[in-house]
Formats: sequence, C-alpha cells, structure tokens
Amino acid sequence: MALDIIVSTGSTVPMYRQICDQVCRAIATGQLSAGEQLPSVRALAEELVLNPNTVGRAYAELIREGALEGQQGKGVFVAERRTIYTKAERLRRLDGRLEAFVSDGLHLGFTPEELREALDRKLQRLEAASGKGAVRE
Amino acid sequence: MSECVIRTEHLTRYFGTKRIVFDLNLSVPRGSVFGLLGRNGSGKTTSLRMILGLLAPSWGRSWVFGEESGRLSPETRARIGYLAEGHPVYGWMRVADAHAYQSQFYPQWNSDLFYSVLKFFRVDPKTRARNLSRGERTGLCLAMTLAPEPDLLILDDPAIGLDPVARRSLLESMVHASRKADRTIVFSSHLLADIERMADHIAVLDYSVLRAQCSLDTFRSCVQCFVLSFSSPPPPPPPAVRGLIQCVVRGRELRLTLVNVTQETLSVLRRMGPAEMREVPISLEDAFVSYLGGSMENVRPEESSKGVEMPGGVP
Repeated sequence: MALDIIVSTGSTVPMYRQICDQVCRAIATGQLSAGEQLPSVRALAEELVLNPNTVGRAYAELIREGALEGQQGKGVFVAERRTIYTKAERLRRLDGRLEAFVSDGLHLGFTPEELREALDRKLQRLEAASGKGAVRE
Repeated sequence: MSECVIRTEHLTRYFGTKRIVFDLNLSVPRGSVFGLLGRNGSGKTTSLRMILGLLAPSWGRSWVFGEESGRLSPETRARIGYLAEGHPVYGWMRVADAHAYQSQFYPQWNSDLFYSVLKFFRVDPKTRARNLSRGERTGLCLAMTLAPEPDLLILDDPAIGLDPVARRSLLESMVHASRKADRTIVFSSHLLADIERMADHIAVLDYSVLRAQCSLDTFRSCVQCFVLSFSSPPPPPPPAVRGLIQCVVRGRELRLTLVNVTQETLSVLRRMGPAEMREVPISLEDAFVSYLGGSMENVRPEESSKGVEMPGGVP
C-alpha cells in the first residue's frame, strides 16, 4: 500500500519526528502491515524534498523503537508486532497522551461522558478502517 | 569528529572601520548540508567570499580541503561549485553559449546534468541570459554550478527572489545533489523552512559574530520555552536565570524562552513560585527569532560567549 507522508515546516514537531509519527500511525491503522517494505531513505527524501539524513534518522529511530526492521542490503521493513517497551514504560507513555487528551478535551468544554464517547468512536473507526482489529488489546 | 572540508580561524574582515565579520571559527564537516543563518548584513556573504579566497581577510585564516583560501590550487578550485549571490550571468550570451563558454574551464563537465537542470527549471537554451526570469536565471546558474560535479557546493542565498515553484525546484536539485556521497553543501538562507528541510548543521551569525554552530537537532533541543502561571501578576524573572533569551508577559503568565536549560535553571524558575510551570513546544522559526530577536539585555553579542553559547560540533 502506498505510504502517504506529509511533512510540514514551521511545526513545533521536528521533521524526523513527523515521519516517525506518521509511520507509526500507518502501522497502527493497518495501512502498513508487517513485512511490508518502506521506500529507501533516498527515495523518501526525494519525495518529501528533505535532507536524506533526516529520513535516515527517522528510520533509525523507528528501528530502535522496534516499529521497523532493517535487513542488510535489502531495505527497511515493517517489523512483526512485538512488545518492545516494558509494561511500565508503555503505561507511562500512554499516560502522557491521556493527560493531554483529557485536559484539552475538558478545556474545550466537553463532558467526561462526551470524551469517552469520542474515544470509542475513534477506536471503532480505526478498527473498521483496518478491517482486522489492528488496535491492540 | 569527522573531517572538515572548511575550517576558519579567527577570520575577521573590516570594510573601513565597519566590522563585517569578527573572529569567525567555523568547521564544516565533510558530507554535511550546512545552513548559514543570519539577518541581513550579518556577514554571511563576506564570510563565504573569504573562504573562497575571493576576498582577503583583515586577519585570521581559512582553509578549504586543507588548502589556505588565498592560495587555492586550480585543482582544488575545480572541486568547488560556487553560486554567487544574486545569480550573475553574462546577459548578452545565450544559455547554450554560456554552457559552451563555462565548460571550457573545467576538466570534467557533465553536459547531461547541465541540460537536465535547465529542463527542470524550464529554461530554453536559445534564450539570451538577460531575458531569463528570476527563476530561470537561478536554474542556469545552478546548472553551471552543478555541471562540473563539485565535491563542495557553496550556494549564497540561492532561494532569493524565487517563486514557490522555482524554490521547490531548487530544493529538489539540492536533495538530488546531496546524493553524491561525501559531497558537502553550504548554503545561506533567510528561509527557515528551507533550513528545516535541507540542513543538518547550522551556523548562526549575528552582528558579525558567530552565535551558534551545531547540528540542527541540537539547536532545536537547546532552545526551550516554559510557561509559568501565577495566581497574581507575575514577578520579573530574576537576573539569576541563565540563558534567558526572551520573556513575554501575558496576563498572569510568564513565557520564557531559554537556552541550555539545566536543573539549576529549572530550580531558579521554581523558586519564583509559579502556581504551574510547563514546557511548551516551540517551532524552529520561533526558536530562531527568539535567539536573534534580542529583546532581553543578556543576548547582546558581547555577552554571547558566556551565557548563551550553543554547544559546538556534531552530536
């Protein structure tokens, strides 16, 4: 499946992080599946009009995080799903995101009930999009 | 530390009594895409001209590929591609004539590459150079700079005056040029978006003085912004806050931009007694503007060498 990555300059998120986030999302939603090959560093750099080192850094980071796998001489592939962080670390990361979600949501004037519903709807849509329950339980 | 293609030591230039470049110590690692940043008149062009040996320094020295700038051998010069500011061309020549003329000077000249760059910028080789549009002229100059396949590209404000399409073509050409392993690209620009896309290392010049030299990531991670909320009108930040480069009061909030934040800095901030303190993300452009904006006393260049200097070198 084609990988659609859009990077924008002027963001508070550095370029390599934008690539990492979008690749992770594509994996989470099943747009990219395990074993699938990613474009080469050079090809993606030319497509996105970026310094190849930036793309290389993003791939290196994703490999380190276990989302991708580099195969000598062949390229970069989506890794088989496996747990790379300890449970505590995963919880810590999740908590950070939840904190932002809940505080922004309440700030915007939504009730806790509405936030719960919004989260449910989002998860359902992701499951429907991937068709195979890509969201890990 | 990787090998350096360009190195300068105390490079300084005065025009009359006006100081243009002062005590510049620069190291450009081989294979890097090096962005030279600075406001108008901060000494970028003058620095590049001294590095290329086109202008003698008032004092200090510089080397390119290990040879002193003032005495570069023809062989070394042939390894350098220089795109001068403003993209000068011989107006009376047709594009094809410019190609024929320029190619005589180089031992190796890639005509295919020349014409593919022209095509990329949609330049008709039969046009007289003076009748080219701004973007087409950039295309011609870039083609002439790239055709000898130099190991070092020096592009002095290549994006100046370009429309968005031509600018994108320029960036694409730069990405393409960076394909050649070990090729080093040095470019100056005011466009933070271009720096963000292209540069892995940057140097920041301000009022003739080098204020920072580091990787782009280091620059980004060194400039941080904290918002302190108070229950009453906020107090002014104590002078003990090191590396403070910008302070904005917004109602009961104090927005502080700081460089090289340490645990000590954070505890000084906490001692100001805010009800809440949080770090907010900051864009490269905001970081740069705060860094050079100079709204606070302690960012004057004279003091830059103490409090707010960036770590040098590669990460």
